[in-house]
Amino acid sequence: MSASFRNFVVARVLLTVPMVLILVTMVFFVMRVLPGDPIRSQLGPKVSEAQAEAIRERLGLNRPLTVQYFDFLWRMVTLDFGNALTQGERPIRDELSELLPATIELTLPAMTLTAVVGVLSGAYAAQRRKRPADYAIRVFSIVVYAIPVFFLGLMFQIIFSVRLGLFPLAGRMDALLLRDFRPVTNFYVVDAIVQGNWPALKSLLLHLVMPSVTLGLILMGPFIRLTRVNMIEALQADYITAGRARGLPERRLTYRHALRNTFIPILTLIGLQFALLLAGAVLTETTFSWPGMGRYLVKRIELRDYNAVQSVIAVFALAVGAISVMVDVLYAFVDPRVRY
Amino acid sequence: MVTTPGGGKDTLVQIRDLSVTYHTRLGPLSAVSGVSFDIRRGEILGLVGESGCGKSTLGRALMRMVAPPAEISQGQLLFDGEDIMAYDGEKMRDFRGRRVSMIFQDPLTSLNPVQRVDEHVVEAIQVHEPQTTIRVALNRARTLIQTLGIRANRLRDYPHQLSGGMRQRVMAGLGLVLNADLIVADEATTSLDVIVEAKLLDEFKRLRDEFNLTILLITHNIALVAQIADRIAVMYAGQMAEVGDVVTVFDDPCHPYTEGLLRSVPNVKLNEREVLYKMGGEPPNLTHPPMGCRFHPRCPMAMPICSAEEPALLPVVGDVEHLVHCWLHQPQTRGAEAQA
Repeated sequence: MSASFRNFVVARVLLTVPMVLILVTMVFFVMRVLPGDPIRSQLGPKVSEAQAEAIRERLGLNRPLTVQYFDFLWRMVTLDFGNALTQGERPIRDELSELLPATIELTLPAMTLTAVVGVLSGAYAAQRRKRPADYAIRVFSIVVYAIPVFFLGLMFQIIFSVRLGLFPLAGRMDALLLRDFRPVTNFYVVDAIVQGNWPALKSLLLHLVMPSVTLGLILMGPFIRLTRVNMIEALQADYITAGRARGLPERRLTYRHALRNTFIPILTLIGLQFALLLAGAVLTETTFSWPGMGRYLVKRIELRDYNAVQSVIAVFALAVGAISVMVDVLYAFVDPRVRY
Repeated sequence: MVTTPGGGKDTLVQIRDLSVTYHTRLGPLSAVSGVSFDIRRGEILGLVGESGCGKSTLGRALMRMVAPPAEISQGQLLFDGEDIMAYDGEKMRDFRGRRVSMIFQDPLTSLNPVQRVDEHVVEAIQVHEPQTTIRVALNRARTLIQTLGIRANRLRDYPHQLSGGMRQRVMAGLGLVLNADLIVADEATTSLDVIVEAKLLDEFKRLRDEFNLTILLITHNIALVAQIADRIAVMYAGQMAEVGDVVTVFDDPCHPYTEGLLRSVPNVKLNEREVLYKMGGEPPNLTHPPMGCRFHPRCPMAMPICSAEEPALLPVVGDVEHLVHCWLHQPQTRGAEAQA
């Protein structure tokens, strides 16, 4: 690894710092501008002002805003997010250690599905340009792009769960199995495999199908479109004609030569879509009662749990920043012409 | 329609009455119409003509590589006595590269930018000879690249890391690695500077002498043909205007178009700068080609019959090897010029 490459990575990582900082700063102040506060949202108007003030005192919410702000920033740097302000006031680190694995377990299959199916169907559409398969795939890409998550999720629930009974309606795992399940890493699928708990694994996977397919479909449209357009261009490139003149089979020309050249824009899209993936996860988790970061975020926004919301957003921002650094680094591997 | 003398044992390719039609919105465009000629084993045949005269289309048609909206609308293609128009997809694919290979004009865009040079070569070998191991294929690539004057360690490079001349030699190498009988070089040296061009032409000549390779040199550069070709074929507006031995045609061009073409070539002798001949008119619109001989609107020697009827491609008097497509040399009208 060359020195210039190392410099590039370091610079790129440092650039994410202001990005995260701006985002958490905005969230910090916007949360406090919103009407309501963590105490009233939980305890309602019946609590006396003196009692409320006592709780504020205990939670440190009566300190000057700047003190709270820099206190929060410092805790974020040390990755100790402090305690939640509502619902048990647990350390946020503990909450996240349960929520984050659930969200990753949902988004990873969704993203894989989106990228693999999206790219392959886009490539297929390009190869069958202006034929029925191409039109069908293009219509499909618009439909899944335009459809809202909750509507698609609801349809899936009605059809595949209520009517056909193929998949469980919501949640991450059967409640009965969950009672005896002892998670270690909180990646339940990993835990179930390590412990050899097959009934639990089966239940987990069945619960995973509808939410991850929903989330995956929502994000698939741009992948199909982008792959198709770039593949059409790549298939007209001189090196494809030259390869054909060398007697290379069409399938190899499409799925090796042209597709490998389309990976460059696709990689960019993966980076861009990652933010949408997290946004989609919020809605998907809410629709399917998936106990992850997204559902937690929605709940805690309602409760005006400043600390919890700030922390979740900070984690999201860090994840988006990390992914975009990874994408930039991966360019060098996908495209030999890119040198840092 | 026409029989070309010289067919027989030493003939590698026989093209008979070949037409290629582009289906455009303005109606069918006959890019190549009713072309017949032979390519002899071990010769370098120069195919010349203006841009858009159909020479590249003809070159591609030899490999049946005309893609929609173009198609080979009629004609016969015999390669080594075999009718390749009757080949099915798989046979045709194998034919390309193994029997005939093509070298393209732009070597940078004709090589896959994300594939290393050795991947290109090994792929070509393995697609046609699946039993060859990677090690053997790599050895062949190494030997080949060295004969072309490139150090073997450059095999690990990507196309963009090579110089223009090296890329063109790599392209040529890809054409040679499978020991194809015929190389179609479509403006293969056009993008090179004169020194590199001369080197590559020498290489062509050497390969022809050493391996009895047959080369179809498609170019708009008539000087190049004079330099290395054995025979010349002049195309005009999708038809063969004149075919013959290089020395004969250059000394005594029979078609007014060939004559004009030869008089348009710049001369480097600075002390006798004569004004270059400029041919009047424009090449015809091939969706509606002129009646009779397609050259008659631009021809300084046009006769009444030229705009009425099309001449045939026939040998000139006293030389069965020298064919011309012109009323000045048809038996019915021979000598008409003198009378007029």
